Amino acid sequence: MARALINVPAKAKRGEIIEIKALISHPMETGYRTGPDGALVPRDIINRFICTYNGVEIFSADLFPAIAANPFFSFTTTATESGRIAFRWIDDRGQAHLETAEIAVE
Amino acid sequence: MSRNSGSAGTSRREILAAGAGALALILARPARATPESMAAAIKAFVGEAEVREGRVTLEIPPLVENGNSVPLTVKVDSPMTAQDYVKRIAVFNERNPQPNVALFYLNPRAGQALVSTRIRLGDSQNIVAIAQLSDGTFWSDKAELIVTLPACVES
Amino acid sequence: MRRALTGVVLAAGFGGALGLCISLALAQSPPSEHKSGFEFISPESQATQQDDFSNPGMLWVAEGEALWSAQAGASGRSCAGCHGDAAVSMKGVAARYPVYFAESGQPIDLQSRINVCRKVNQKAAPFPLESRELLALSAFIGKQSRGMPITTGEDKRLEPFRARGQELYEQRQGQLNFSCANCHDDNWGKRLASSVIPQSHPTGYPLYRLEWQSMGSLQRRLRNCMVGVRAEPYPYGSQEYVELELFLMTRAKGMPLETPAVRP
Repeated sequence: MARALINVPAKAKRGEIIEIKALISHPMETGYRTGPDGALVPRDIINRFICTYNGVEIFSADLFPAIAANPFFSFTTTATESGRIAFRWIDDRGQAHLETAEIAVE
Repeated sequence: MSRNSGSAGTSRREILAAGAGALALILARPARATPESMAAAIKAFVGEAEVREGRVTLEIPPLVENGNSVPLTVKVDSPMTAQDYVKRIAVFNERNPQPNVALFYLNPRAGQALVSTRIRLGDSQNIVAIAQLSDGTFWSDKAELIVTLPACVES
Repeated sequence: MRRALTGVVLAAGFGGALGLCISLALAQSPPSEHKSGFEFISPESQATQQDDFSNPGMLWVAEGEALWSAQAGASGRSCAGCHGDAAVSMKGVAARYPVYFAESGQPIDLQSRINVCRKVNQKAAPFPLESRELLALSAFIGKQSRGMPITTGEDKRLEPFRARGQELYEQRQGQLNFSCANCHDDNWGKRLASSVIPQSHPTGYPLYRLEWQSMGSLQRRLRNCMVGVRAEPYPYGSQEYVELELFLMTRAKGMPLETPAVRP
């Protein structure tokens, strides 16, 4: 099942600033909403998102219930070397997810 | 339903339905952030440091067609070098249930200080973005926006 | 209850009957210039729809792509096992739905057609209507026709069902006593509260509605409108929805399919 759509350019020139986009499948349940039975639906959001480039953190975020469902992030990094860009996120249930993308730098 | 129930019956039902809707709205509304609680959240982020206006650009539509998903971009005027870069960007609101929206951690490898996401806004309000630079200074931008409601929602 | 209310409306005297006649007359000349709901949404929502890495509907499309190749049911077959590459076999398919389904002698929409395939060919349990899986497969199949003109309604056997859909579209209903046409033919482009009323062309279903924070079918959207006029919505899967969809898709003939669209 698709948990996320990640957009990293497959190729880049060394030193080029590239844009990275991540779209993650998640309800981002705020904890303030009531279900059909009138009871509060327990909070379940992605509370942490981390992006690493060949193991080194290049971007991360602490998230709150005000982030929209199916969260979207875009940010930039400098293409330094070929390798792997990894995306990790953790939700309130403690579930961690990992997606990766390869980049070739010339 | 018989024809005899007529317009009086219908309008009474409408009034009752409208009343029930308003009541549900009041009951469903959680305690929310205030300009004061936003100020407290900002203080927790910046400590005793002074927050200056400038260098930060907060892009958010002034008129939002659905508060469930509002695109937001924060840019900071910074060379993003090892000597001079943006360390953190925080976004705050004053009328959601909580004042914090997101806290982004950057480093010089970003090349530029530019972050986008989509946020939820429960009401028309002010949004504040504050950037902490590597020299320890804080810079901010503020946007005021109006959140409207879509027609024909589910309940 | 809904039908009873309609009866009251029809018998409600000269003023009401005149109103109904006017709306029917206008409805018979639908908007000369067809505008997709896309044209009425904010530039930000338009940008979201147009960027496949920003459009949340693409999460469902990706999930549908995985389901397309997944074996299911007692047959152990996948959709791809019979239909092969969806980019070839499903190209243009969603643009012609609902179609006439000879086995039932009635029109069938894409979601129900997928379930027929599951039951008959895959020997698998049908997906519940509006389930994530069914929306995902519909979105994936729909996307194969993105940009293609809608061609629904060419089969002459559909005509009586299309006509019935038009009747439903033009029929006043609910406590507010509005027909679909009252808003979407007579008042499109104006505002209902703060929202611009579109012409109700179903060009992008299933679509991601910000209000739902999720993907949903045209049936779900029609239910929202019915709740809006305080009518009792038909249950999911009702023939009325298929007939309305058939009418609306035929009315939108030639417009490009946008699946997965984004709307507020």
